Amino acid sequence: MLARRIIPCLDIRNGKTVKGIRFENVVDVGDPVELGARYAQEGADELVYLDITATHEGRKLFADLVERIAAHLHIPFTVGGGINDLGDADVLLSAGADKVSINSSAVREPGLIDRIARGFGTQFVVVAIDAKLEQNKWTVFVNGGRIPTEKELFSWAREAQERGAGEILFTSMNHDGTRNGFACDTLRELSSGLSIPVIASGGAGNMEHFLEVFRDGHADAALAASIFHYNEIPVPVLKDYLKRNNIVVR
Amino acid sequence: MGVVIIKYNAGNIRSVDYALRRLGVSAEISDDPETIRKADRVIFPGVGEAATTMRYLKERNMDTLIASLEQPVLGICLGQQLMCRWSEEHDTACIGIFDQPVRRFPAGLKVPHMGWNSLDRVRGDLFDATLKGTFVYFVHSYYVPVCEYTVAESEYMVPFSAALQKGNFYATQFHPEKSGDPGQRILSNFLRL
Repeated sequence: MLARRIIPCLDIRNGKTVKGIRFENVVDVGDPVELGARYAQEGADELVYLDITATHEGRKLFADLVERIAAHLHIPFTVGGGINDLGDADVLLSAGADKVSINSSAVREPGLIDRIARGFGTQFVVVAIDAKLEQNKWTVFVNGGRIPTEKELFSWAREAQERGAGEILFTSMNHDGTRNGFACDTLRELSSGLSIPVIASGGAGNMEHFLEVFRDGHADAALAASIFHYNEIPVPVLKDYLKRNNIVVR
Repeated sequence: MGVVIIKYNAGNIRSVDYALRRLGVSAEISDDPETIRKADRVIFPGVGEAATTMRYLKERNMDTLIASLEQPVLGICLGQQLMCRWSEEHDTACIGIFDQPVRRFPAGLKVPHMGWNSLDRVRGDLFDATLKGTFVYFVHSYYVPVCEYTVAESEYMVPFSAALQKGNFYATQFHPEKSGDPGQRILSNFLRL
């Protein structure tokens, strides 16, 4: 049986893992390679590394970091942040990344999805979507959730799939940071309208939330950050809990 | 031991190299026929699309070279598919070591089949008893049906070949280089053949 995936997400700034709420109050939580290796050993199924650095120097550090991660990790990992053209994706692929995640750049230039998928395969392209429910409509935001766009979640996710996305990583801005659970109803609707896997993000606060996102939200994978970094929910404990509740995990 | 990873127009070569280094083996990445022929072990990795990749291999006569190798050869993912007779992906004639077709997953569940799935009915040289039921990492949209060469099975809508073996030719549909400790064990079993 195909297992549901648990994916810790690490935000990277200047080569260090950091944690903040929506990029604010950022604190250093450790070496990205060590933290990643610990998660891999504990049974994390994949990792996502998100570069939140805006500077050119930071970018170079990130590419070097991706090489170190690839050399150490024996599980798949996705990298995202600041991938604006095929060349950026190529650098990260050559450094050893298994997948790239594109967000704002795909909204601005949707053809980027087609180009990366054609160049490196659909399995290499994760399209990340940050969206907020306002007046009964899921509006897609860019630039780390700061700028609203004309796009709507469901139609944008379908377009991304048609252009060659291999997975959709959906973050509900209404749920992100609340620790009150994932956007299960929306995730279920999103998942049933797509033929590619959906990764749920935003809202994890306890183990029941993961059970709900798999059982009720039909998510293929669930991503979270802070609850793993501070060891509030160790990955092995979470997996035992899910197994006991009849969710297939490895 | 001289391990050569075949260099061609496919992704994922670095990951295999890194996995071997974690096992203390430094492999050579090469497309030189002599280097490949002389190696103790040959790994034929791959992420990509069948038709484009087969065209690239044929233009360089690498398809006949691979079929003629006598040392243990391990195909990974697209590598396994290309070692079969034919792929439904763009109706592509492949190398033909395993006389089997490669089919696209039927409509129903999500495709690609992506993530960790369990191994069943493991046998052959790559798998020891500890690997029965273990989870390994897959990313693929096409599969080899269960056949006489199957040495590990997995299931996604249909049962399919997670690994094949025929003489000195071995292949896995999953990525041992990305499959955690069990993956490292399978690679190490291949190196120990």
